[in-house]
Amino acid sequence: MADSTLPIGGAIDLTPQSEVYGTWLEQVHDWVVTADHKKIGLMYMAYALIFLLVGGVEAILLRIQLAVPHNNFLSPEVFNRIFTMHGTTMVFLMGMPLIIGFGNYLVPLMIGARDMAFPRLNAFSFWMTSLGGLFLYYSFIGGVGLQGAGSAPDVTWWAYAPLTERAFSRGHSTDYWALALIISGFGTIGAAVNIIATTLCMRCKGMTLFRMPLLVWLNLVVAGMILITISPLTAAQIMLVIDRYLGGHFFDSQAGGSPVVWNHFFWIFGHPEVYVLVLPAFAIANEIIPVFSRKAIFGYPAMVAASVGIGLISLSVWAHHMFTVGMNSASNAFFVLSTGMVGVPTGIKIFNWLATMWGGKIRFATPMLFCNAFLIQFLFAGLTGIMLSVAPWNWQLHNSYFVVAHFHYVLVGAIVFCFPGGFYYWYPKMTGRMLDERLGKWHFWLFVVGFHMTFDFMHVPGLLGMPRSIYTYEPGRGWDGWNMIVSIGGAVQAVATLIFVYNLVHSYFKGAEAGPDPWDAWTLEWTTTSPPPAYNFASEPVVSSRRPLWDLKHPEDPDSRYE
Amino acid sequence: MSTSTIPLAHGAADHDWVLPDRGTVAMLSLIVAETAIFGIFVVAYVYYIGKSISGPLPRQVLELPIFNTVCLLSSSLTIWMAERALKKGAMGSFSLWWALTVILGGIFLGGTAREWKKLIYHDGLTISTNLFGTTFYSLVGLHASHVIVGLTMLSIVLIFALTGKLKSEHSRQVEVLSLYWHFVDAVWVAVFTVVYIIGR
Repeated sequence: MADSTLPIGGAIDLTPQSEVYGTWLEQVHDWVVTADHKKIGLMYMAYALIFLLVGGVEAILLRIQLAVPHNNFLSPEVFNRIFTMHGTTMVFLMGMPLIIGFGNYLVPLMIGARDMAFPRLNAFSFWMTSLGGLFLYYSFIGGVGLQGAGSAPDVTWWAYAPLTERAFSRGHSTDYWALALIISGFGTIGAAVNIIATTLCMRCKGMTLFRMPLLVWLNLVVAGMILITISPLTAAQIMLVIDRYLGGHFFDSQAGGSPVVWNHFFWIFGHPEVYVLVLPAFAIANEIIPVFSRKAIFGYPAMVAASVGIGLISLSVWAHHMFTVGMNSASNAFFVLSTGMVGVPTGIKIFNWLATMWGGKIRFATPMLFCNAFLIQFLFAGLTGIMLSVAPWNWQLHNSYFVVAHFHYVLVGAIVFCFPGGFYYWYPKMTGRMLDERLGKWHFWLFVVGFHMTFDFMHVPGLLGMPRSIYTYEPGRGWDGWNMIVSIGGAVQAVATLIFVYNLVHSYFKGAEAGPDPWDAWTLEWTTTSPPPAYNFASEPVVSSRRPLWDLKHPEDPDSRYE
Repeated sequence: MSTSTIPLAHGAADHDWVLPDRGTVAMLSLIVAETAIFGIFVVAYVYYIGKSISGPLPRQVLELPIFNTVCLLSSSLTIWMAERALKKGAMGSFSLWWALTVILGGIFLGGTAREWKKLIYHDGLTISTNLFGTTFYSLVGLHASHVIVGLTMLSIVLIFALTGKLKSEHSRQVEVLSLYWHFVDAVWVAVFTVVYIIGR
């Protein structure tokens, strides 16, 4: 019954797409000059996927080097560059564009708006972000000029001072790193300002704050967090550039400056950043889990409160990265407790997701599979997080592979599961075609197996004392076999990712027609065509509950009756 | 496909649907981000007070920029008067108050330039001299760069006003711009307190 009435009459222009397209060159031109939030969102996603592949190749290089002891696949210098670039790429060039891309694409559609509040600022933000990425990768050529080609930054992605000072980090590679992050940071802040203004000022009639889909709420919280987390990073990078170019002494211990100040500034950015990356993953789970459980989300107000709570608490946990730096016991206690406290709102979320699924008519389609795996993995990641947040345990395991395993469990286990889930869910909306379900299952199961081989077993060499950031190790320390398993798992994940990319391309041409509402979902983006027209909705929608499309499909029993 | 069988609008939405102004929201968001940037620089300044290994020290070279401060802070008042005039449609009065704001901002910037000239040529304090120099020029320079951006935008509006392109229906945009200017003034209060009172 639902499909026969969708897209809603009068909501779209019926001109066939073939008449809209021009020549190839006109299309390229159209993408470059576009200020359409959907096209910009797609460009963000494409950009993120390209860098996912680049960062993934870097990860595979690292794992080949570490698979066996005394390996000479990469030299120590190259190893340092590759793991610096891997970290920086995955956080700033993959993670951030991916979350902003999804926010860009979905937020206006979900609140019934025709575009972002500031479409041209949106385009500016995207091109700044992409310039940042190009700038960073140009360092392979420009780091010390052409004769030193290949000299990318090698100061790690957290770039502790004083290693980054002029005296210790010669050439320009560190400058490329700092400037790239400043540039892409401006883009990110612009995008965050835009998302806040869009959410607060562009909602369609009846879309009160407490009727917004949770994805929109979480993007609002994330945008707020970006304002107060990316800015300190920008400030710290400006200080670093002042030190390096103008002879400043911010982090120069010989002139009274303090490297520990960099640690603080970096992690004031760095820890909330983890939540900036992971909340949009939650946001996707918030949309997928109810639709595939055929139930409204359980505890909507609690979910909103928990998201805002995570946002606020996450601002006061940064120094749990610094227990080994040597703080006084009062600070240690504070950061142990505040870190533990983040577990409370996160726990609320996990229970709400479970309660949403409880008693539901669950459809295990690919998007739901990814979200279910995310739930389990995020729980484990949270548990190792609690372990690491306890200062004495942290002293024992800091800078070991246990830490590497923990944060990859959080970031890969949440983001690289929820976002593919999101692609399987919204790809029909974005392109008008379904992603292939059989390839999707292959992608999912291979990725789950690869993920658990890599990151479950990575905890073990960490517990056995293997430090992070080492380029090789001696045989006979009990690390050898574990590292081999971890590396093989990495290869399995690579295969899964290639299947995903193949699926994205293949289904664009060969996928089944999706229609406007393939999942029988409830939010506004499914009321318009797939892909939506440039103006999204021909007439502004009016909503009266949290599930406007449910109300349309079930006029005899609308949600609005219960609100 | 049957069209328009289901009305797009349903339920009661008869009450007024008022949303906040996007320009104001965006400017406030930007101000939050800028506050965080300034916050980090202020924290660095405070943390490094008295940690310089060599001279010159703040109390040897810094003088209280009282006149400058009075000029900048009173520009917040004049811009408010200008806004009020614009809302009433009194364009002459608007241009006058707005020009006064630009002049006051210009005086402040000139004062900072004179102060820096004295510090560099007379006292030999540059950004690389010592930790005080690094933090002082960064923090005050960051603020001054915001003043420059603000003055540029104020001047553009002034040109529009003098050429008769600005009307009272633009008062919302002008209000957003003046929010930024108030922010620049408020930051100066913090910078002044930290640099010239606590740090001296």
